[in-house]
Amino acid sequence: MNLEKVIFAFFITLALTLNFGFFIGEIDNPAHHHTYELFAAIIVSVIATIMKFGDRSQLGAVLLAASLVADLQLIAAALLWGAAVNTLDGGLSASTMASIVSLSGGALLANFVSVILLVIETVMSRR
Amino acid sequence: MVMPTVFFLILRRLRNPLILLVCVYAIAVLGLTLIPGVDDQGRPWRMDFFHAFYFVSFTGSTIGFGEIPYPFTDEQRFWVLVCIYISVVAWLYAIGTALAMVQDPAFRYAVTHNSFARNVRRIVEPFFLVCGYGDTGHLLVRGLVARGLRSVVLDHNQDRINNLKLANLDIFVPGLLADAADPANLITAGLQHRRCVGVVALTNNDNVNLKIAITSKLLNPDLRVICRSEIHDVGINMESFGTDEIVNPFDLFADRLAMALHSPASYIIHQWLTSAPGSPLQEPLFPPRGQWVLCGYGRFGKVVQQYLSFEGVDATIIEADPVKTNAPDDAVLGRGTEAVTLRQAGIEQAVGVVAGTDDDANNLSIIMTGKELNPDLFTVGRQNKQENQAIFEAAELNLVMERSDIIARSVITLITNPLLAEFLRAIDTEDDENVVNVLASRISGLVGQNVPDTWTVETTKAASPALAIQLFQGATVTVKQIMVDPSDRDHSLPCIPLLLKHAGERQLLPDEETTLAHGDQILFCGHHTAARRMTTTVVNHNTLAYVTGHQPVDGLLGWLRSKSAAATKT
Repeated sequence: MNLEKVIFAFFITLALTLNFGFFIGEIDNPAHHHTYELFAAIIVSVIATIMKFGDRSQLGAVLLAASLVADLQLIAAALLWGAAVNTLDGGLSASTMASIVSLSGGALLANFVSVILLVIETVMSRR
Repeated sequence: MVMPTVFFLILRRLRNPLILLVCVYAIAVLGLTLIPGVDDQGRPWRMDFFHAFYFVSFTGSTIGFGEIPYPFTDEQRFWVLVCIYISVVAWLYAIGTALAMVQDPAFRYAVTHNSFARNVRRIVEPFFLVCGYGDTGHLLVRGLVARGLRSVVLDHNQDRINNLKLANLDIFVPGLLADAADPANLITAGLQHRRCVGVVALTNNDNVNLKIAITSKLLNPDLRVICRSEIHDVGINMESFGTDEIVNPFDLFADRLAMALHSPASYIIHQWLTSAPGSPLQEPLFPPRGQWVLCGYGRFGKVVQQYLSFEGVDATIIEADPVKTNAPDDAVLGRGTEAVTLRQAGIEQAVGVVAGTDDDANNLSIIMTGKELNPDLFTVGRQNKQENQAIFEAAELNLVMERSDIIARSVITLITNPLLAEFLRAIDTEDDENVVNVLASRISGLVGQNVPDTWTVETTKAASPALAIQLFQGATVTVKQIMVDPSDRDHSLPCIPLLLKHAGERQLLPDEETTLAHGDQILFCGHHTAARRMTTTVVNHNTLAYVTGHQPVDGLLGWLRSKSAAATKT
């Protein structure tokens, strides 16, 4: 067992699970989507991205790309949330919430791709 | 392959500081959003993520705008205290790692290597790859630059690469600190680049030169490869797999010296035609005949003595170590720097002295002492190091022989103008001293104070389309006709035809009435404007028609005619 691989897989999977936890629920209902969950998803996703730095393999490059996509979507969601609460009149509306959650849905897909690639890599290295 | 590895390694090394930084920020932000505070009205209030991130951002970077948006409670201040210390430490760690990486020698080498490779890839003109940037390499690159030619340099010595960077050349010459014996480095330096026209191996290690030659011939067989070799066996080995030219510095050097002594005219023609065009013309020398004194009987001295005795010139040898160098019995023992030894060798009756030891200070000392004993002496000095140029100039010798200069001249001629190299070889073997003397005076009369240009006219369709078509149609064109001034056909251009090569046969100093045939090569020397005008003549149909008086053929009509001529011929 390689400790580095464990930590790597842990962060990639955690990024997916946290993202999923935030995403699930009624899309426009702010009560179903907690801000701390989004925060945790962003932090874990960024750490997962940094852990993919410096991998020379083809698979490593695709993993990094997928991870960057997830970061981008999640950060966009957070920016939208911050803007809605602090600068727009009327606070967090149902439609803004729907946009935030759908952005995180995109990130979920990217994180899912990461996990699939990780599984493929593991299966291939078995040979 | 050095490059990508290092960059991936660097990204890997950045992982830990970046992860630490993200974690510290996350903890600080999270703490700020969790700790209860009060707003300006005293009501309970909690920071949202936006404000928390804003606060941590300016605190972590030590900007410190203050307690925004509302003054903090003591609980919050306690947490901020923690935030400040952990974020500063995290930043110091990240920046420290980044700075250490930039200073890492492997990283710096990767950066220079990368920019060198990029510079080489971007070259669009033909260029030469020069391996070894010692005295000879330096002169060679300088000579190429003076002729407007590009080059790329490889050397394994940092000082020499620094010299190249400080050389202040008019054309950019990329240089890399690398072992030229490694094929990967040769490839980086453009061995397989489509504009690379030749490789010159000038390192002072014969085996490295051999390796360069083999690599070049295997990876890019069309390249011209010129090698320096001091050992005859290695030279023969190089020749065996098709190295185009092998330059033996000792042979070449002694050969030039002997030439300077026995045939001053061919020596001066050599010097003129191999100097950079436009530089001042050297004065011809006339070494006296009679008894000579030769100091130093090493590898160089032996070859000089051989040539001198072949020329029938008597020389007394002075050698410090006659046993080791296997000097003849009548050799005088000593270094030649003392008046006693020089007198013993008969310096007072001699006409000239050759200071040929491998030590520049000794050579100068021999010359100075010799001149004191016999002021009329013709002095020839061997200069070993280029850096001693100034003192050799100050000593006012009749002739200074510098090895790197001679090799560099020879190599430049070989790679830039092979026909000129052939001409110079033909001059060497010319028996009639008179022919050479007349030629030398003709050249000096032609251009006056400056070194003439040399150029080649080829009667092929690619090089001179107008001339090729005229010849194809059966017109007779003589050498004299293409030498006519295209702006006034009653006058000739100031130039001399030096060599005509027809079907592999060489004709030295061809007669001006010689008629040209397809595929001929003619070497001219003369004023640089003459070169330009002659090019107009052979390229432009109307200009050629004007100077020869033949029917002008141009454009579509000429093309049709040549097509129909071809059809009738076949």
